[in-house]
Amino acid sequence: MIPLLAQASTDGLAVEPYWYMALAAVLFAIGAAGLLLRRNALVMFMSIELMLNAVNLTFVAVDSGLGSLEGQISVLFVMVVAAAEVTVGLAIIVAVFRKRATASVDELAGMRG
Amino acid sequence: MDFLIFLIVALPLAGFLELLFFGKRIGEPGAGYVASATVGISFVLALIAGFDFLQGGEHGRTVELFAWIPSLGLNATFLWDPLSAMMTLVVTGVGALIHIYSIGYMHGDPGFGRFFTYMNLFITSMLLLVLGANFGILFVGWELVGLSSYLLISFWFEKPSAAAAGKKAFVVNRIGDFGFLIALMLIFNSFGSLDYGSVFEGAEATLTAGTATAIALLLLVGAAGKSAQLPLYVWLPDAMEGPTPVSALIHAATMVTAGVYMVARTGALFELSSVAGAVVTTVGALTAFYAATIAIGQRDIKRVLAYSTISQLGYMFMGVGALALVGGVFHLVTHAFFKALLFLGAGSVIHAMAGEQDMGKMGGLRKKVPVTFATMVIAWIAISGIPPFAGFWSKDEILASVFNRGGGYIVLWGVGIVTAGLTAFYMSRMMFLTFWGEPRWDDGVVPHESPRSMTVPLLALAGLSAVGGLINTPWRPALEHFLEPSFELVDQTHLPEAGVQVALAAVSIAAGVIGLFIAYRRYVRRATQLEEGGRWDTLLAGYHVDDLYGRTIVAPGKAAADVMAFTADAKLVDGAVNGTGWLVNWAGGILSKLQTGLVRSYGLGILGGVVGVLVWLLVAGGGF
Repeated sequence: MIPLLAQASTDGLAVEPYWYMALAAVLFAIGAAGLLLRRNALVMFMSIELMLNAVNLTFVAVDSGLGSLEGQISVLFVMVVAAAEVTVGLAIIVAVFRKRATASVDELAGMRG
Repeated sequence: MDFLIFLIVALPLAGFLELLFFGKRIGEPGAGYVASATVGISFVLALIAGFDFLQGGEHGRTVELFAWIPSLGLNATFLWDPLSAMMTLVVTGVGALIHIYSIGYMHGDPGFGRFFTYMNLFITSMLLLVLGANFGILFVGWELVGLSSYLLISFWFEKPSAAAAGKKAFVVNRIGDFGFLIALMLIFNSFGSLDYGSVFEGAEATLTAGTATAIALLLLVGAAGKSAQLPLYVWLPDAMEGPTPVSALIHAATMVTAGVYMVARTGALFELSSVAGAVVTTVGALTAFYAATIAIGQRDIKRVLAYSTISQLGYMFMGVGALALVGGVFHLVTHAFFKALLFLGAGSVIHAMAGEQDMGKMGGLRKKVPVTFATMVIAWIAISGIPPFAGFWSKDEILASVFNRGGGYIVLWGVGIVTAGLTAFYMSRMMFLTFWGEPRWDDGVVPHESPRSMTVPLLALAGLSAVGGLINTPWRPALEHFLEPSFELVDQTHLPEAGVQVALAAVSIAAGVIGLFIAYRRYVRRATQLEEGGRWDTLLAGYHVDDLYGRTIVAPGKAAADVMAFTADAKLVDGAVNGTGWLVNWAGGILSKLQTGLVRSYGLGILGGVVGVLVWLLVAGGGF
């Protein structure tokens, strides 16, 4: 990664590999900020998806740079797990919403020790 | 044939199991019939199986049931040889009579079914004990008789004294069992086997004198516990708290003879250690004398008999200790007859007196309970050593054999003779105070003869007490011949020549007659009443041995138990356990503060953690 970034090219507008990395970093930061700042469980969920996909992006980008496949396979795994996670998570959120009429995680602090 | 021997044990066991599960439903008197029938049939089977030995020379057989503990080479095996056959006959024969007697004696008791359950358990255990072909089975039977004895002594457990007596018997027996168990370990260590055959045959070649002495003395500890010898005799007088048939069966005729049986069975080991033999004989002689003196001062008719039993067991120990094994076993048999009779007779008297056991409140019962009286007279003469009744032959054989060993044994013979005189005296005292003189009954007591189910066993035992001694007379030693194959490994002590025998017999008869005469003069002619005060109180309390044991052994034991329970256990062990719990609780209380329940704070934690790890990798790991 670091050699990749160090390669920061000088020939103008060609799409450089590190752009992908920068984009992924930005996406990840937005996701992390959303997760920490928003209270709505649904929005937090979306933020998590954003972070996951930011990671996926780095996988694909680095893989194409290195010409290998492992990362791309990992992406498929991440997507499958994310899909499963969304299914369960949304079901929980819907169930909680039906019971509490709210999706604000700050109000769902019943597990406080 | 093998199956027959298996059945002898299996029948009382089946009776026990049936009564255990259905005893309440069968109720009175069915439970008594079931129990008596199983024991009675066992007796008949034992008779049939025993015919083999009548010709003599037959060594008997072992009956292997199953492999029990293969890693020790220990099998569940029965040994059917003359000695175990004889013991089986005594146990089931006398046992059956006492079972029948109990049907009448326990009439109306709410625990009727339970009583016969325990009785059958006892018979099963005792048969295991005498029929085992190795020390393992012997030990199992040994412990089971201890258990059934405990259950029967404290049969009337609502009575605190009975419950305490059962506990005492159990604990004192445990002390003996401890010695026995160590002896078994030593035996296994020396021989690599617990089978009678390999142990006894290899004993002379394998054991050094020291090991033989150690094993024999430890076995003696076990035997002294079970057979109520000094210093472990204290449980037996208290065991009289149990129903009278129990005293007759367990604490007179059978269980207490287990120690004698065991010493006789292991005679080949005792033969190797002259020290152990001398110790056994001395313990026996001292116990015989000591218990006889206490018996003189008792007021309770059953306690007289209890101390008398201890004293007679002392004679048996003298016999087997001096390697007069046949004499010891012979006395075991005759004693089973007349002592069971005495106990059952005493039970009949107690029954007649509506539960009164104090001889101070009896007297003049001759005419009121004629059958009981007549049968007890036979037992009285038998135990006093007057020929031709049973006790004379066996007691005299022991004393003559002990005398014949010479040296220090002659002193022990003298002790035995004095004891014979004392025996005649205390038994006569009991008989005269109970049956002669003026009635001293409490108001409202109307003595009546017992029912047929009680008197018939009395008559049967009276017959055996009268003629039972004739199975082994000096000129026709049938029992000795019968037992020959069982004792062939042991070089037994023999009787002296005929002239000496007659002289010795004359001395012991004289001792008995003198005892009888003194008692007659004192209690019939002068009509002395029950003595009180002074030395008599010391005798009544059995020389205060219970107090002595209480102060020197029981109290320190209790103190140690208190320290362990209330300091070591309550403070140290519980403290450690509770401390661990408290520590976890305290730590959890602090850590639980982290659980805010706010998802976003967890998220921050995770993010912070990831960033932290990354930073650490970058700094410490020197890049990727």
